[in-house]
Amino acid sequence: MPKDSGIGASPKRREDVRFLTGTGNYTDDINLRGQAYVHFLRSDVAHGRINGVNTDAAEGMPGVVRIFTGADFEGVGGLPCGWQVTDRHGEVMQEPAHPVLAQGKVRHVGDPIAAVVAETYEQARDAAEAIEVDIEDLPAVIDMKAALKDGAPKVHDDLTSNLCYDWGFVEENREAVDEAIRNAAHVTTLELVNQRLVANPMEPRVAVGDYSRANDESTLYTTSQNPHVIRLLMGAFVLGIPEHKLRVVAPDVGGGFGSKIFHYAEEAFCTFAARQLNRPVKWTSSRSEAFLSDAQGRDHVTKIELALDGDNNFVALRTDTHANMGAYLSTFSTSVPTWLHGVLMAGNYKTPLIYVNVKAVFTNTVPVDAYRGAGRPEATFQLERVIDKAARELGVDPIALRRQNFITEFPYATPVAVEYDTGDYVATMDKLEEIADLSGFAARRAESEKRGKLRGLGVNCYIEACGIAPSALVGQLGARAGLYDAATVRVNATGSISVMVGAHSHGQGHETAFPQVVAEMLGIDESMVDIVHGDSSRIPFGMGTYGSRSLAVCGSAMVRATEKIINKSKKIAAHLMEASEADIELKDGQFTVAGTDKSVAWGDVTLAAYVPHNYPLEEIEPGLEETAFYDPANFTYPAGAYACEVEVDPETGKVTIERFAAADDFGNVVNPMIVDGQVHGGLAQGIGQALLEGCVYDADGQLLSASYMDYAMPRADDLPFYSVDHSCQTPCTHNPLGVKGCGEAGAIGSPPSVVNAVVDALQSGGHKVDHVDMPLTPSRVWAAMQG
Amino acid sequence: MPQVAMTVNGKPARGEVEGRTLLSSFLRDNLGLTGTHVGCDTSQCGACVVHVDGKDVKACTMFALEAEGAQVDTIEGQAGADGSLNVIQQAFQDHHGLQCGFCTPGMVMTAAALLKETPKPSEAEIRDYLEGNICRCTGYHNIVKAILAASGQDAGAIAAE
Repeated sequence: MPKDSGIGASPKRREDVRFLTGTGNYTDDINLRGQAYVHFLRSDVAHGRINGVNTDAAEGMPGVVRIFTGADFEGVGGLPCGWQVTDRHGEVMQEPAHPVLAQGKVRHVGDPIAAVVAETYEQARDAAEAIEVDIEDLPAVIDMKAALKDGAPKVHDDLTSNLCYDWGFVEENREAVDEAIRNAAHVTTLELVNQRLVANPMEPRVAVGDYSRANDESTLYTTSQNPHVIRLLMGAFVLGIPEHKLRVVAPDVGGGFGSKIFHYAEEAFCTFAARQLNRPVKWTSSRSEAFLSDAQGRDHVTKIELALDGDNNFVALRTDTHANMGAYLSTFSTSVPTWLHGVLMAGNYKTPLIYVNVKAVFTNTVPVDAYRGAGRPEATFQLERVIDKAARELGVDPIALRRQNFITEFPYATPVAVEYDTGDYVATMDKLEEIADLSGFAARRAESEKRGKLRGLGVNCYIEACGIAPSALVGQLGARAGLYDAATVRVNATGSISVMVGAHSHGQGHETAFPQVVAEMLGIDESMVDIVHGDSSRIPFGMGTYGSRSLAVCGSAMVRATEKIINKSKKIAAHLMEASEADIELKDGQFTVAGTDKSVAWGDVTLAAYVPHNYPLEEIEPGLEETAFYDPANFTYPAGAYACEVEVDPETGKVTIERFAAADDFGNVVNPMIVDGQVHGGLAQGIGQALLEGCVYDADGQLLSASYMDYAMPRADDLPFYSVDHSCQTPCTHNPLGVKGCGEAGAIGSPPSVVNAVVDALQSGGHKVDHVDMPLTPSRVWAAMQG
Repeated sequence: MPQVAMTVNGKPARGEVEGRTLLSSFLRDNLGLTGTHVGCDTSQCGACVVHVDGKDVKACTMFALEAEGAQVDTIEGQAGADGSLNVIQQAFQDHHGLQCGFCTPGMVMTAAALLKETPKPSEAEIRDYLEGNICRCTGYHNIVKAILAASGQDAGAIAAE
């Protein structure tokens, strides 16, 4: 019988009512008295020298308040990069300046040149058209390998080249890996592209800056996944505003998927301009602007080699990746191809020797940073594609080859630095075979063939590292921040509770799931617990929501704070019942004394804390509010196995997803309904990457796929119903809830199974195709079939 | 500036607009009905779907002046006077058919139009009708289930087929 409340139950989401009735409070719904509007004039060339910006005519246009250019930001800080990577020679990465408005040069189409603040948004746009910009076109570098050639145009004149870093991991293993590959019985090699994507949360970014001159206080309302991180970065590095004078609010946020982690120029601009003009300044991105200004994702070009011995055991793995940084280093850009990618290359397999080389490259394109999965989809895609290719070359079953090489004993220290605490990859593969009905595939293929269609089956595994992360470890690796999280549990006199959490909910349902945990711990009704998030002035601190970390890290902080509440309330209960604290038990919202029939209710204890007439004031303070910061001991390692069945139309190359099954191990699950939903959404993004999505830049750096007319977002009729299961549960061993995180799994795990399925379908039709680069559009698949 | 007058959610509404003001802007900025969302600028995403004289329309594809005299219904008018969710809204909550909530108003309004036209749509008909509404969170699975359920069909059984 499923539970109807507490951990493991699926209560209806309490945030839904406001979203379903049009009463949410998204940033664009916020309008402040006296606000002005800003429109950014953006570069329409990918690379050029700014010889002059003449705003004279524009200044006189109706409604114009002020026009800002790069010159207004001299002496103001640039947008910081949050992670300094050290390369394989021990040198730190090349780190260019990233001004709020372009200074001297423009480096990608969309780079902001000027900002027009006016009384209305329309007036700001009209005036921007009257600005005369004298830009001398420079040759643009778009292709990464071309950007690294001698004599290539430099994106940043003050750097030695377009190479940000040349990272090797683990550098000490390099020669041993080379030798193992030279001596292996079989080596499978694959070159592939993990194409550039755009995160595309449905809510475009918005920023509203506000300023109180009387108090010298700034407030930024912004579409962010992590308001405290924005306060930290913008306050400390860009504008020099101390924390107590800077409030950052991220209200209802319409999806993020990584793209709303980062600190953006528009946030700094609106905060800066509000101070300069002493009035609120609002910016609302159009979707077209979002394509040119939101950090984009993926964009890796990789060669991977898998070496096997004569018994098909994996003996070594070597990868060589070029990772596109775009024109500037976005907040966490540098960590994605390194510490979120290289350290995952072991996957679910006991490959003893691994070497990963990553060259991060500047190009005249929009900056690239984390997008759902961030590095882990790139690692999984390479590994699971090369394993599939190896199985086909060796004539063995791809599932059997995986099973043979699974890690089966935990904890397991990989040769790429991380230690998996727990997992059961056999169990998730067994579950997958069941829910995907793999035994029925042959009959389904025969049926498809009768209709003239090619049917393929693709399977893959994945592992990810979530719950980022132990601060001391990431500090050694170059992170410029700690990655703990925080929660305050405030118990009110009547026993109701507000929990202030550093995680931010922008679709993940924290307002529903987090109270399930606190209510279960205290044995009270969930309706007595509310979550407060998204406002730096209302919560103690927080590093925010990304990397599937909210429950594993912030949830753990919430558990620790609740444990402190329980400890203190037991002291109060012991006093009220004149018993020993050690004998007090809390169950179903009642404190009892073991072995007696004495009891006091939760509400009696909380009331005593705030009306301490009969209270142990000599021993403890009145009130009932506790805060905990939680710094994880390790990453968490969700893992699973996915299966995709496709049909390919041999006449057109059109691929349709016929079935998709996902068997995940997320450890313990607090709200199965929400977890299912997270997996569904991840799968759609992964299938979208495999079949539909992709950024296209032309040779001059124009983004050709810069609208929903051109960038193929997955739509309802591109996707099937999914079969998802998370009943295989090996609880995380080092956090109090035993949870691992589920937000990114679907996007990480699904692209390889789709491509594996299409290759399987094409080979079943006699086509000698062993790889097709994503997205698998009809034209690409058709071309592959033609040889 | 020209005046425009229409009926919104059963109540008279009027305001001054520019000729270029979109219906979506009029609803959001003049009337403060911020439940209608704007997710793109090419009339692709469907977050702004409202009903104009009973038909589902992307409010970013119409000038406010074109709605002169029209009956416009938005997401804010869908729940009962006591706040109770209508059948479609309730089905979206029951089946977890929304996550971040941004596309949701358009999804609900589009679903209402579909069910008016086709009271018992098949899965394929639902997916086809949602072609103009993009959701980035749910992968559509639970939206399709919610619409099946709102039409009185056994969503769980259909999804499991």
